[in-house]
Amino acid sequence: MPETPPLVVWRGNLSTAARLRRIGVFCVSPAMLWLGFFFILPLLMLLAIAFATRSPSGGVEWAFSIDAFKRLAGFGSFGWSPANGYILLRSLWIASATTAICMLLAYPLAFFIATRPARTRMFWLIALTVPSWTNLIVRTYAWLILLGPESVIARVAAALGFSDPGDALFPSTFATLLGMITAFLPFMAMPLYSAAEKLNWNLVEAAQDLYGGRWRTFRHGILPQTSSALFVGVILTFIPAMGMFIVSDILGGARFMLIGNLIQTQFAFGSGNPPYAAAISLVLILFTLLIIALFSRFGGKREELV
Amino acid sequence: MRKLPTWVNALGLFALTLLYLPLIGVVIQSFNDSRVGLAWKGFTFKWYERLWLNADIHQAAWNTVVVATVSTVIATVLGTALAFGLARLPWTRRNLTAFDNVLYLPVVTPEIIMAAALVVMISVMRHVHTIFDFGLPIIIIGHVTFQISFVALTVRSRLASLPANLDEAACDLYSGGWNLFRRVTLPLAMPGITAGALLAFILSLDDFVITYFTAGPRITTLPIFIYASQRKGITPEIHALSTVMLLCTVVLVFIAVRFVNGKRGHTPANG
Repeated sequence: MPETPPLVVWRGNLSTAARLRRIGVFCVSPAMLWLGFFFILPLLMLLAIAFATRSPSGGVEWAFSIDAFKRLAGFGSFGWSPANGYILLRSLWIASATTAICMLLAYPLAFFIATRPARTRMFWLIALTVPSWTNLIVRTYAWLILLGPESVIARVAAALGFSDPGDALFPSTFATLLGMITAFLPFMAMPLYSAAEKLNWNLVEAAQDLYGGRWRTFRHGILPQTSSALFVGVILTFIPAMGMFIVSDILGGARFMLIGNLIQTQFAFGSGNPPYAAAISLVLILFTLLIIALFSRFGGKREELV
Repeated sequence: MRKLPTWVNALGLFALTLLYLPLIGVVIQSFNDSRVGLAWKGFTFKWYERLWLNADIHQAAWNTVVVATVSTVIATVLGTALAFGLARLPWTRRNLTAFDNVLYLPVVTPEIIMAAALVVMISVMRHVHTIFDFGLPIIIIGHVTFQISFVALTVRSRLASLPANLDEAACDLYSGGWNLFRRVTLPLAMPGITAGALLAFILSLDDFVITYFTAGPRITTLPIFIYASQRKGITPEIHALSTVMLLCTVVLVFIAVRFVNGKRGHTPANG
């Protein structure tokens, strides 16, 4: 007599362990194979070509070398140069400044929306969602109109002596920063809004009752209740800002290079250097992993990132 | 009602203004009867007419819609199956952690890294099969790759919010297996699936980086068309195109509010 497999009850269903496993594998494997083949495998290839050699035609030759990393460290064909260091520092600076200013603007914005009466709150929430769903190219090139030489902003800047009359305010660091801030502000404001909506105002009142000034009310009454949302906002802003190349390309001009622009130009066919681009990508990946590790270290939940 | 200091409200509104200022500028300029410059020379629909007659834009719009639709369908099927498999079947903790790591990786990876990795893959695999060469198929593949995670995570959080005794009750009523999935789990998960699919669709429409890296020289989508045009010098037609895209975004946001938040029974009062 053949041995029958032991039956199990799973969520009210009578089944066998083997059958459940079969269904599980059937459901999970298509997506996992897809991600494995089109995401993990390409990432590993990227990793691998960072240690390969650039072919004279701008392709890849599969010979091991660490030339890409030497070049990354600044050792080019003309000796050592700090150019790469500047690009890295500039990216860090722009990403940090963007994150900080987004924070300063997102708090008031999130709390403004969260304190609207229930009837109109949906309207304001939609008002915040529309820009975040609008194409970034559109939102970025749109600044070219407002910062053009004839615009009000450019005239005011000229009148105040920040620029010469008749000059456009782009390409410039200011324009890039403005584009970056408006690109990421919704992604900082959204998680903060969710936290502000659920805020326990008794704690804020308690801080005020205990003679806390504005800063200490914020520090002890609001910040602890919104800190995990803030961390989510920082991740959603800082990581993509480090890899950004559209905004700096459109508003920063050709000489304003960020890591993202460097990767983009080095992948160009013929003139590029794919191993070098892969090595720079690796730096960016390490940054990302570092920030995510910090996030988990301080008790952040990954579910909040979506 | 909580009162905020006036300066906080003012700063909040200023932040919102900063988001809308450039968009309003584009919309106004799209109706301005002036080829160059900001000065108002009268109201016109001329740029929209030119837009309508521009065959390149038709092709780009068609490509954009094809990519978004095909990739959303694939990602929704794969992502929903994955979410169901993870949420409704017994996995060991170790397996779940491993799946989670793979699932969250595309969410946190900067787009340019995904794009760069795909380019490397193309350069190796294009000799194996033409599907891996630059063009529409590989754009769709790239989009599905970042969409899957968003669909799966959205659907899974919906499935996780449903109590297990719904399944048990259905089984007591002689449901089970495929019938249980088809008649109970799937309808209950539908709001999550719709939300995930909508999110995937929008992510695809908005994508520039991955499309730009994988499109190759012949394929254009709307974001790529705008990017290329602003390099050559912006024309008012681009403003008109952007205004149309903005309008589509607004419509999609309202659809999302209507369908996804429908379970709250709350539609925008000021819609």
